[in-house]
Amino acid sequence: MKSEKSLILSKFSASRGNKGVIAAAVLVYLFLYLPLAVVVIFSFNDSRLNAEWVGFTLDWYHKLFNNRDMLQAAGNSVLIACISALMASVLGTLAGMAIHRFRQKWLSALVLGPVAMPDILIGVSLLLMFMLLNVTLGTVSIILAHVSFCIGFVALAVQARMAGMDDSLIEAARDLGASPWQSFRLITLPLLLPGIIAGGLMAFTLSIDDFVITFFTAGVGSSTLPLEIYSMVKIAVTPEVNAVSTLLMLLTLVLILAISRISPQALRN
Amino acid sequence: MSRALPKLSAKTLLSLPPAAYLFLLFALPSLMMLFASFRYPGEYGGLAPWYYLEEGSLSFDLTLENWLRLFESDIYLGLLIKSLFIALLTTAICALMAYPVALTIARARKGRRELLLLLVILPFWSNFLVRIYAWMIIFSPQGAMTIAINELRALFDLAPISLMFSNVAVITCLVYVHLPFMILPLYANLEKHDPRLLDAAQDLGASRSQRFWLITWPQALPGLFAGAVLVFIPSLGIFAIPDLLGGTDGIMIGNVIKQQFVESRDWPFGSVLSLVLTGFTLLLIGLAAHFGRARGSEGKA
Amino acid sequence: MLEIIDVSRSFGDFRALDQVNLKIESGEFFTLLGPSGCGKTTLLRCIAGFEQIDSGKILLDGRPLTDIAPEKRPIHTVFQSYALFPHMTVAENIAFPLRMAKLDKTEISRRVAEVLEDVRLPDKANHYPDALSGGQKQRIAIARALVNRPRLLLLDEPLSALDAKLREQMQIELINLQQEVGITFIYVTHDQGEALALSHRIAVMNQGNISQIDEPSVIYSYPKNRFVADFIGQCNLIEGRLEGWESGWRFAIPGLDSIPVQNNNEAFSSGQDCALSLRPEKIRLASRLDASPDECLFSGTVHDMLYLGDVTVYIVELGNGLQVEALLANSAPGRTRLFEKGDAVQIAWRHDAGHLVN
Repeated sequence: MKSEKSLILSKFSASRGNKGVIAAAVLVYLFLYLPLAVVVIFSFNDSRLNAEWVGFTLDWYHKLFNNRDMLQAAGNSVLIACISALMASVLGTLAGMAIHRFRQKWLSALVLGPVAMPDILIGVSLLLMFMLLNVTLGTVSIILAHVSFCIGFVALAVQARMAGMDDSLIEAARDLGASPWQSFRLITLPLLLPGIIAGGLMAFTLSIDDFVITFFTAGVGSSTLPLEIYSMVKIAVTPEVNAVSTLLMLLTLVLILAISRISPQALRN
Repeated sequence: MSRALPKLSAKTLLSLPPAAYLFLLFALPSLMMLFASFRYPGEYGGLAPWYYLEEGSLSFDLTLENWLRLFESDIYLGLLIKSLFIALLTTAICALMAYPVALTIARARKGRRELLLLLVILPFWSNFLVRIYAWMIIFSPQGAMTIAINELRALFDLAPISLMFSNVAVITCLVYVHLPFMILPLYANLEKHDPRLLDAAQDLGASRSQRFWLITWPQALPGLFAGAVLVFIPSLGIFAIPDLLGGTDGIMIGNVIKQQFVESRDWPFGSVLSLVLTGFTLLLIGLAAHFGRARGSEGKA
Repeated sequence: MLEIIDVSRSFGDFRALDQVNLKIESGEFFTLLGPSGCGKTTLLRCIAGFEQIDSGKILLDGRPLTDIAPEKRPIHTVFQSYALFPHMTVAENIAFPLRMAKLDKTEISRRVAEVLEDVRLPDKANHYPDALSGGQKQRIAIARALVNRPRLLLLDEPLSALDAKLREQMQIELINLQQEVGITFIYVTHDQGEALALSHRIAVMNQGNISQIDEPSVIYSYPKNRFVADFIGQCNLIEGRLEGWESGWRFAIPGLDSIPVQNNNEAFSSGQDCALSLRPEKIRLASRLDASPDECLFSGTVHDMLYLGDVTVYIVELGNGLQVEALLANSAPGRTRLFEKGDAVQIAWRHDAGHLVN
C-alpha cells in the first residue's frame, strides 16, 4: 500500500516531467510483479510458513507430484482446455469471418456477450440451465461453458486478421480463376491461420486458467487445477500451492510468448 | 440475381454454427434465468413447478415475491451500493496508477514498447487464483508487512490490526487484478496523441498544467472511459476475491449470488440478484458504446 | 470486342451507372476517365464480375458475360493495391492463374520464367512481395494478370501508388507492353494527363454517365460539354450567346464586343446560350498586341499570377470583370515576371481557337 500512495502522489506531479512519470511507472511495474515473485520464491522455501526465507528446497514440488488429486485435476484441465480450444477455434473462426464480411451487429453482440459479462453471471446462468435440463455436471458441462466464452476471443483474433487483410486479395484470386472454395482454401485460410492459432492458444490459456465459470459448472469428480487450488487455499496457505502456482505461471508464460510471436495484435484485444 | 443465392448460403454457413451455439449456451440460459426470477424456489433447492394441472384445469404459479424481497430489507440494496462503491474506487485507483505506465509506454522507443506492453500483459495472464493467493501471502498475519505495521503501531500504543479479511485487502487485490485492463486502452489512446499538439500549445503560451488539462486530458477521455468500463464491470461482479481476502466484512454482491446458488440454493432470488447485476452491466456497456460513438464523431469533426 | 449495352447499377439511392453504352475494339488501349464517384470503377468491377448489373448487357465477342462467375471470365484485373498474395513468392503468385487453369507443372514453370523475363525481374522469382519495391510489385501484378493470356486486361488506377518519376516510366512501359501483347486494355484513372498519354480512346465519365468517347486529341481540343472541358486540362469557360450573322457565327459576351467563333457541325443554333471553352495556351498575351485579321483582341489588367517554373499563369481581368487565364512560357533567360499585378495588358486569340460547349 505504501507504494500505491506514492504513486498516486507522483501521478499529480507527472506533468512536471518525464522523470516523475517514469519513476511512477517503475513502481507500478514493481506492484505488478512483486506479488508473483513472492509466490515463486516461497515455492522453494524450506518452511511451512510463507513468512521468511529459511532455505532452498524442492520438497513442495516433490509433494505436488505425489498428490494424486492434483495430478488428476491437472490432467482434466489439459483435456478440457484442448477440446474447448479446438471447438472455440472452429466456431470463433466462422464467427470472426461472418462478422467481418457481413457486418452482423447481432452476431458480434452474441459473440462478445460472454466476454463482456461478469464471469459469475455466465457461471450461474449456465448452472441454472444445466440443472433444469438435467445435464449432469462434469467434464462435458465444463467444456460447453468454456467454449461459450472462448469463441469471442478467437473471433476477435480472426476479425483483426481479416481487417488487416486486403479485400482485393480474394477478388484477385477469383479474377485469376479460383472458385470461391479454392480462394478460401488457398488465400483466406493461410492468411487467417496465424490469427486462428493465436486465438486457439488464447482459448487454451483462458480455459486452463478459468476458475469462476468452472466453479459453477463442475460436478463431483470433475475437478480442475484452479478448483483444486481454490479448495486448498480455502483451508490453508501452504507452499504446495506456491509450487503448483509457479508451474501454472510457467505454462502460461510459454503460451503467451508463443501467441505474441504468432500474432501480437491478438493479445491486445 | 442467380448469384445472390450462394452468397446467402455462405452467410448462413459462416454465422449459423457459432450463432446457434451461443444462443443455446449464452442467450438461452440468460432467458431461463429471467424466467426463474418469477418462480418459487423448490422445497429442497432448485425451482418449484411453474404450472399445475389439476382436474384438467391449468393454473400458473409465478410470483413477484423474489423481486420485492430485494427491497424488503436494506441488506441487499446496501450491499449493492457498497459493491458499486468498491468497484468505483477500484476504477479510480487503477486510472491513477495506469496513467504513468501508459504514458511511459507511449513515449518509449518502438522496439521497447512491445516489451513494456508484454510486461503489462504477462501478470494478467497468470492464473486468477494465483494472483489472489499472492496477496493472501502478503497480507497474512505472519507476513512481513503485517508484522512491520503492527510493530510501528505498537510504538504509538495502538492495538495490532489484521490486513487480511478487510476491505483494504479486497480493494488492493481488485486493483492488482484489473490494472492491465486500464493500462492497455489508455496506452492505445495516448499512443495516438500527436506530440506536436503539446508543442503547439506550449508555443501558444500554455503552461504545463494547462497543457495537461486542455490538451491531453480531453483527448485521453475515450481511452480512460474504455478502461473504466473494463475495470468496473468485472470488479462489480467479483466473488473470489472477497471470498478469499474479504472475510465477513469484505463481502460483495457476487458473494451473495454465489451463496444463493451454491449454499442456500434459493435460485429464484439468486436469479433476481444476477439480473440486477446484469442490468448494471448492460447499462454500463450501453453508456460506453454511446460515449464512445459521441466522442468518436466529435474527434472527426 | 467488348460491348456494354444500357448497363445500370445502383447502390441504394445512388445510381453508380446510368444506362451506359460502350463498344471497345480488340487490341485497343481504352481508358475510363473521371472524378471519384463517377462510376468508372463500378463499371470495371461489373466487367470483371465482382459487381452485378441491375439491367443491360455486357457482351464479350458477342457472348453475354452476365451469368458467368468472375473466375470463369477470360478477363484479368490489375488491382490498385496490386493484391499480390503475401504468403506466396513472386513465382507462386504468377503461377496462380496457370495452376487454376490446371496446366502441367513444366508448362507452368516455363511460362512463369518467360513472363518474369518479359517484365525484367527474373531474379525476383523466389522473393516474397513484401521484399519488392512499388514499381516491382506493379510489374509482377501485371505479369500475373497477363501470364495466361486473357482476352481483356482491366487496370484499376494501377499507377496511383507510385511517385511521379516512376509513374512516367511505367506509363511508357505500359504502352510498349500493350503493343507487344496486343491484348485489349481497359484502364481506369482519375488522372487526365495519364489518360491522354496512354490511351487510344478515352471515355470521360461523370455521375454514372459517359460524357464523351473520343481519341485523346479530340477530347482535349473539342470537348463536348463544360464538364469535359473543365475536367481535362486547364480551360477558360466564357459564358455567352451564339448569334448567326450573314458574315458567320458570332459569340456575344455580356459587357464585351461579340466575337467571331466556329460552330463546328452546326451543333448550336442562333440565340442559344452556351459557353466558349478556350485553352490558356491558345491565348497570346503582351502589353501591346497587333492582332491579325483572324484574331480577336481584348484589353485588361493583370489581376493575379502564379509562377509555375516553366510557365507563369496570368489571370487577366477584362472590362466586364470577366477573368481569363493565359500562359507565358518563361523561355527568356532570367526573366520570370514579365508583368506585375495591375499592369495593363492585351490578350488575343484566333477565331478558331475557342470551342463551343453546352
